[in-house]
Amino acid sequence: MDHFARLGLPAALDLEPAALDRAYFALQRQWHPDRFVTKPASERARASLEAAALNDAYRTLKDPLSRAVYLAELRGVVLPGDGKTIDDPDLLMEAIEAREELHEAGTAQAVEALAARARAVMAKSLGDLGGLLLQDDKPAIRKALLRLRYLDKFAEEARARRTNLERAKA
Amino acid sequence: MTLLEIHEPGETPLPHAGEGSLAVGIDLGTTNSVVAIARDGKPAALHDEAGRAMVPSVVAYPSAGGVLVGDAARLLMAEQPRAVVASVKRLMGRGAADLQAVAGVLPYEIEPGSGETDMVKLRVGGKARSPVEISAEILKTLRRRAEDALEKAVERAVITVPAYFDDAARTATRDAARVAGLEVLRLVNEPTAAALAYGLDKGAEGLYAVYDLGGGTFDFSLLRLEKGVFQVLATGGDAALGGDDFDRAIAERLLAERKKDGLVDRLDEAAVKTALALARQMKEQLSERDQTSGRLEIAGVPSFHALTRPEFETMIGHHVARTLDIARHVLADAAMAAPDVQGVVLVGGSTRVPLVRAEVARLIGKPPLTDIDPDEVVALGAALQAEALTGGSDTLLLDVTPLSLGLETMGGIVEKVVPRNTPIPVQLAQDFTTYQDGQTAMAIHVVQGEREMVADCRSLARFELSGIPPMTAGAARIRVSFAVDADGLLTVSAEERTTGTAQRIEVKPSYGLSHEDMADMLYDSLENAEADMTQRLLTEARVEGRRNLLALDAALTKDGALLDAAERAALDAGRTRLETAIAGDDREEINAAAEALESLSKPFAERRMDRGIREALAGLSVKELESRVGE
Repeated sequence: MDHFARLGLPAALDLEPAALDRAYFALQRQWHPDRFVTKPASERARASLEAAALNDAYRTLKDPLSRAVYLAELRGVVLPGDGKTIDDPDLLMEAIEAREELHEAGTAQAVEALAARARAVMAKSLGDLGGLLLQDDKPAIRKALLRLRYLDKFAEEARARRTNLERAKA
Repeated sequence: MTLLEIHEPGETPLPHAGEGSLAVGIDLGTTNSVVAIARDGKPAALHDEAGRAMVPSVVAYPSAGGVLVGDAARLLMAEQPRAVVASVKRLMGRGAADLQAVAGVLPYEIEPGSGETDMVKLRVGGKARSPVEISAEILKTLRRRAEDALEKAVERAVITVPAYFDDAARTATRDAARVAGLEVLRLVNEPTAAALAYGLDKGAEGLYAVYDLGGGTFDFSLLRLEKGVFQVLATGGDAALGGDDFDRAIAERLLAERKKDGLVDRLDEAAVKTALALARQMKEQLSERDQTSGRLEIAGVPSFHALTRPEFETMIGHHVARTLDIARHVLADAAMAAPDVQGVVLVGGSTRVPLVRAEVARLIGKPPLTDIDPDEVVALGAALQAEALTGGSDTLLLDVTPLSLGLETMGGIVEKVVPRNTPIPVQLAQDFTTYQDGQTAMAIHVVQGEREMVADCRSLARFELSGIPPMTAGAARIRVSFAVDADGLLTVSAEERTTGTAQRIEVKPSYGLSHEDMADMLYDSLENAEADMTQRLLTEARVEGRRNLLALDAALTKDGALLDAAERAALDAGRTRLETAIAGDDREEINAAAEALESLSKPFAERRMDRGIREALAGLSVKELESRVGE
């Protein structure tokens, strides 16, 4: 059973967070191990597995990027493992330039500006992804997801750098 | 699938019918413990004859025989110090290596030889005793108090643990309950229990924070409360930060003032303890008024001291600032901002300090909630959960893992399998592969912590998966699965998937780290994230480079004859360049050398393919082949 089906939701990129929560809470009310404390061991084991699967589904679908990656994989788009070398020359150039900019940003504000830019680009690319999925353009989906994954990492690195700069100042 | 049991979840005794017996909530604290019961959704702490809810977490084994717990044990401390143990919670699940951190602080006498591969034992009252059996005495006392108050048998309990408590400490807590004849219905995190008390008893809804500052520990959690659902979004803390630090700051000032007045003190343990006791008294008084004074007598020489609240606040300002720093990080982890928080619940005696209250109010922008006694709120929440678990209820408590769980991979890098703040129960797996041709065993090292490098994380278990059928490097598929149950306990399993051969694996849980270290690790990871990233990238480049060399060597051994002398020399030179680069610290050079070698080896790869070794190379260059089989 895929994560969408498990939560009884349509397999779509756009997912109302409240709808996801509602479905998840309702099913956890049924399967959470707390409901089975006084039940026999076999039933408790089953509940634990169901609850773990629900948590996995919820966690995967809650974050828009991980949801997009999961959906693309369901559609047969194969992505390289996380942390593998970037094989898209355009993205490689973009990454090198952005890294240099991040390296040169000497203030928390400058770093935050770069992070904000990355987040804005991410939001737009996620929006565009809907169309690509509709056209089932696998190479374009793959390219877009790799870029999104890179941008997400960049935003994370920017956050670490900003924390460091703020700490150094304090 | 072979299950490697660090813990044995099935070992919990089956809940027996339990009719007539009641389920209580227990806050088993470092300094004090409390037992409470909930009936029809109304929780109440159980008191002794004198009307006190708190039982000091002190255990004594007097020379006359028997066991004393609580105030009676504390009174014996001066008379028979070697027969009394306090703050045993700090040792739950700890090994010998952990003790350095607490050695100077606590008067423990460690049983020689214990703690090497197991939990450390204490020598108390002339006998070796484990922290589990000492904690069990506290639990027995609480159980008796409950049975006396309720006039019924009490056999089941929800026990609370700090959110950052690791696997070994959680297991030790369960074991202590078992020794005390209590079946643990669930281990609940302390901040979560506090939120439960507010949510269920006071009907709070929305996004809530719990700020828990105890004697020696700090926890901050963020929860969403809505229609009976308690969803923990993120949690964080520091186990070496608490009211004890405030006492120390005052004590240091008192001693410095004596020195300035020309008094020469020999600062032995007794002198420091006397100064700390006065410091604590002055701290508590400053929660009630603006200034205080006290008389300190060391070795018969008295001195008089005064302290104002603003002076005290200047002394502890940096400690309070640090708690706020952690709180901000927890907010960021949950992608929330302070104004989103509907209310902040205060837990722990140290939240009585006015500066703490004021600063928390300033951070969140609202006055903190204190209508439930901060000393009792955790036990009350545990009691409510005990009733919910046994009586059936619509309450749903969704908690998370406080620290990331992962495995050591090549080069000492941590591969996170279960990130922190993942909802539990959880079951996640990751595939790994062999690194060398013909490799038949794989060392698996389970670690807990936020840092990128194994050396900076806590080691939970090491074992070896053996009997892997000999294959080419990267062909084996080893799946390691992590399961964390609703009590936060971990089970790790591993199997080789190409053959499905089940392997018997032995696990030795290691108790190699103190709570302090754990909190430090978490905090360090925030400070060192950037340096870690650089180190990780360098190590990854090295590992990838070494893989390329191994793959090239294997190909050369097999099909070296395909190359003429000039080609071979060029390839060897490229190989040497990469080897030299790997020995250095320049990531760019490693990547450049690897790329150069890759293009040098392309014709060779094509020729091997031409010779019909399609399966071996499948049209990929050495590097591409490696990255594909390495996935």
